[in-house]
Amino acid sequence: MRHLMNPLDFSVEELDRLFDLANEIEKNPAKYAHVCDGKILATCFYEPSTRTRLSFESAMTRLGGRVIGFADANSSSAAKGESVSDTIRVISCYADICAMRHPKEGAPMVASEKSRIPVINAGDGGHYHPTQTLTDLLTIRSLKGHLDGFTIGLCGDLKFGRTVHSLINALVRYPGTRFIFISPEELKVPDYITEMLREKNVPYEEVIRLENVMPQLDMLYMTRVQKERFFNEEDYVRLKDFYVLDTAKMELAREDMLVLHPLPRVNEISVEVDDDPRAAYFRQAQYGVYVRMALIMTLLGLAS
Amino acid sequence: MLNVGKIEEGFVLDHIKAGKSLSIYEHLGLDKLDCTVAIIKNARSEKMGKKDILKVECDINTLDLDVLAFIDHNITVNVIKAGEIVQKKELVLPQQIKNVIKCHNPRCITSIEQELPHIFVLADSAKEVYRCKYCEEKYRENAIF
Ligand SMILES: [Zn+2]
Repeated sequence: MRHLMNPLDFSVEELDRLFDLANEIEKNPAKYAHVCDGKILATCFYEPSTRTRLSFESAMTRLGGRVIGFADANSSSAAKGESVSDTIRVISCYADICAMRHPKEGAPMVASEKSRIPVINAGDGGHYHPTQTLTDLLTIRSLKGHLDGFTIGLCGDLKFGRTVHSLINALVRYPGTRFIFISPEELKVPDYITEMLREKNVPYEEVIRLENVMPQLDMLYMTRVQKERFFNEEDYVRLKDFYVLDTAKMELAREDMLVLHPLPRVNEISVEVDDDPRAAYFRQAQYGVYVRMALIMTLLGLAS
Repeated sequence: MLNVGKIEEGFVLDHIKAGKSLSIYEHLGLDKLDCTVAIIKNARSEKMGKKDILKVECDINTLDLDVLAFIDHNITVNVIKAGEIVQKKELVLPQQIKNVIKCHNPRCITSIEQELPHIFVLADSAKEVYRCKYCEEKYRENAIF
């Protein structure tokens, strides 16, 4: 039985098959509207994440399956002190597949060890969020046709952003990838990431200002810069506009550049950018559903 | 050197870093075994200045030596049978160690899940890096139980 804990659990070839299926579903949703008839997805969310949970629920519902679950720890047996191991043993009796979100790192892995059904890590603290990474990759592949040979700008909080770290780890597997990290000094990408890139001979650059590198980018992945991450108010005020994407900055970008964002957005992308054809973040949310549909089918053995 | 009689069958663990013998005694579970154990502390050593030695009289199949390699792979393991050294064992880093060291990451599931074993996996054998199986936090020295 297969689980998904880490975005790297699937090989590049397996990911290609998964993304092919997702694109098939996109083209022909009616063909897949009943493949999960009679199947149940359990969404076990020990901390609220409405967007991720709804994306899973939408995916299963669009496949004809049903969804049960809980949306936060207070409304579940976890509040009474039940362990993850016990919970998943019980959920294994109720459902055919489980998506688990938990504030503690490694909780979904503990579940997978005791589970009789496939477990999908739907986010475990600051550790992994593999379906976000699969969403990002599918979006790029669908809109660009491939995943290799891109110069990718990652902008904002690169220190604490797990989606960013995960995406970097996933993209280094594709030849010709080059990274440009755009962040204030305080929020630079961690050393272990740059060490890994040097070891693998993946070129990267670290810059402070977004404008300077806009023309080079095939893709711009935006993340939020939170005020609390700064040491002082002055720095925050001085720097915050560097990391807000607006139409003026978009004018410097190439015509085929894509703007991605894991959402929710706060103010790091001005709403005036939304109508730009290069803004791909809402389409990204749509691909999030397709990739989860393909993933559920694959883990249930319904893909071929 | 202090002489602590010969053993018939068992192990002589030599070149233990001075002061570490008691911790190894515990990790091998010798406190739970009904066998003769001699702990020699601060023996003189040409190579190390001072060293500890453990002599354990027991069936040679009863001890799990994996943990030794994790603690210090420079320890020399002499296997004794019929009063003679029959083998000098090379210690290799174990792929995985269970309940020897504890994950101290407060965000790790091991911090709350009932009776979950603390498992560390060898992530990089060249650099001797172990990581928690669940949260992948690197093991740091001094975290031994
Ligand atoms: Zn841990």
